[in-house]
Amino acid sequence: MPTVEFKGKTFNVDEDGFIDDFNGWSREWVDYVKESEGISELTEEHWKVIDILQDYYKKNGIAPMVRILSKVTGFKLKYIYELFPSGPGKGACKMAGLPKPTGCV
Amino acid sequence: MADIKVPSPDELSQIKHSPPLLKGWMSTPTVIKPGTYCYGAQPKNLEAVGFPNARPWNPLDADWKLPDNWKTIIIEGIRERISRFRSFHIFMDICVRCGACADKCHFFIGSGDPKNMPVLRAELLRSVYRREFTTAGKIFRKMVGARDLTEEVVKEWWSYFFQCTECRRCSVFCPYGIDTAEVTIIARELLNLLGLNIDWIAGPVANCFRKGNHLGIEPHAFKDMMDFFLDEIEGITGIRPEPTFNRKGAEILFITPSGDVFADPGTFTCMGYLMLFHQLGLDYTWSTYASEGGNFGFFTSHEMMKRLNSKMYAEAKRLGVKWILGGECGHMWRVVNQYMETMNGPVDFLEEPVSPITGTRFENASVTKMVHLVEFTADLIRNGKLKLDPSRNDHLTVTFHDSCNTARGMGFFEEPRYVLQSVCNNFFEMPEGTIREQTFCCGSGSGLNAGENMELRMRGGFPRANAVKYVQEKHGVNMLANICAIDRAALSTLMEYWAPEVGVTGLHELVANALIIDGEIERTTNLRGEPLGGETEEETEE
Repeated sequence: MPTVEFKGKTFNVDEDGFIDDFNGWSREWVDYVKESEGISELTEEHWKVIDILQDYYKKNGIAPMVRILSKVTGFKLKYIYELFPSGPGKGACKMAGLPKPTGCV
Repeated sequence: MADIKVPSPDELSQIKHSPPLLKGWMSTPTVIKPGTYCYGAQPKNLEAVGFPNARPWNPLDADWKLPDNWKTIIIEGIRERISRFRSFHIFMDICVRCGACADKCHFFIGSGDPKNMPVLRAELLRSVYRREFTTAGKIFRKMVGARDLTEEVVKEWWSYFFQCTECRRCSVFCPYGIDTAEVTIIARELLNLLGLNIDWIAGPVANCFRKGNHLGIEPHAFKDMMDFFLDEIEGITGIRPEPTFNRKGAEILFITPSGDVFADPGTFTCMGYLMLFHQLGLDYTWSTYASEGGNFGFFTSHEMMKRLNSKMYAEAKRLGVKWILGGECGHMWRVVNQYMETMNGPVDFLEEPVSPITGTRFENASVTKMVHLVEFTADLIRNGKLKLDPSRNDHLTVTFHDSCNTARGMGFFEEPRYVLQSVCNNFFEMPEGTIREQTFCCGSGSGLNAGENMELRMRGGFPRANAVKYVQEKHGVNMLANICAIDRAALSTLMEYWAPEVGVTGLHELVANALIIDGEIERTTNLRGEPLGGETEEETEE
């Protein structure tokens, strides 16, 4: 499994660059993804999305569906794309340390 | 791990269909190219179901970490399967390579790669069959199209049998009736013996086996998602349906793909189910254990398909329901109609399905005890049991994509069209030759709807998208309806790429939009929260 080293931390990642284990998540990971996502500065709104994703994941073991994320944050999907250019899955979930959903999705 | 760039539609539509003249296919090496293959299965997902040779591997590496005796495993695997499946044995022998199927495959049309001609795809396996199991092949080798089994051959199989969606369009045109999908099914089973799965299939299989559905949604999360839909429905209609979960003694068990519970636009279809059942006062239950209609096990091996399929029936038995109602899914129906009885039948603990609303007896489901929701709804409409206002869908001009498995696997052509035309006023068919039994695949079926093989998916979906674009330009079609969860997910991406401005919807989203529910408030929006049909123009004028 490939690894990423950033600010003295080592992360195991899958082919799409998601960390392989939610427990391995840290602030440094956010900084790392921030750079690769091309986000210049993390705002409170970014953190709101990350916190909600993580809370939901801890409770439910899966990322929230996009419509729930949108409702709970109050951000329209389009705005989530403005915050995270790769979108709620490849951008926000990746940054929050959540795995990718699979199946008929 | 870097993002793989998908070429633009202009670049991708430059397709060369003339095969190389001088070089034979056997001497053309297989190139596994980013964007056209899926990631290899992670060991944890193979271990979860006891699949062999679980280890980390990367299809781009030279060493695929095959077991030492891999060759014996494959040869014995073929031997076992030719004795077990007469169809497979016949399909290996009778092809005369007439080429009737050659240009019928969406992957060949979209890629121009000769090995994506169904005849040649099957030949990849046939050539080894001839070498090992026929006298002519053993003696005359290459002269009769036989070749040795090497690691390169295995890699070629892996590449091309995961560039087939088992859609069976080619089989419609075969004068011998060879079902090339069955060749792919066996080939994938052989690859599975070596641990050569793709993770997009292995992950959902492991999830479904352990947690009841492909996405791995646990019971409390499943309930949470449904509660979200109920809030939404209440907001739109003023009515809050009261679905039950795992309820013993319900008359009907309802099972749909978990994609409907999680992924847009399937989530709107799921709201549609809830609204329809509420209006009917149906005595039904959801299950959080058998919470998956699809069966990705079907894309790994017959045994795994059987294990996942058995859960639906075990749950029906445990809950003591009379019969099962199934949602809008594609391959679930192939598994149920073509395989279920010999795998997990007879289903003598359920009853022949009878609609509690119309009294219609579904004799066609007397074996499976499982009715497709679309035929259930078509029967309701035919008997005048639903109050419908199709004008609520007037902002839509709709066409219908026949899902491969319900169309070619069940002959299910009229019911979805009947329902569709009862709930919306503007409907146009795509051209003949691209619908009904000749329908073009979404390009992402049979577990190929991953993110990393997007170029392949856009190539494979090109013929379907092209037909949609035709009706978009000719009739102003802006919505593509279908009855399959993979379709709902895959076609959305496909339309965005090839035919922007065409949306994707499940049939029951449109049904629920048109459905008049007793006691509902006056609706101002459709299920997506958009202003209702007739009012759109005045209200959005700015």
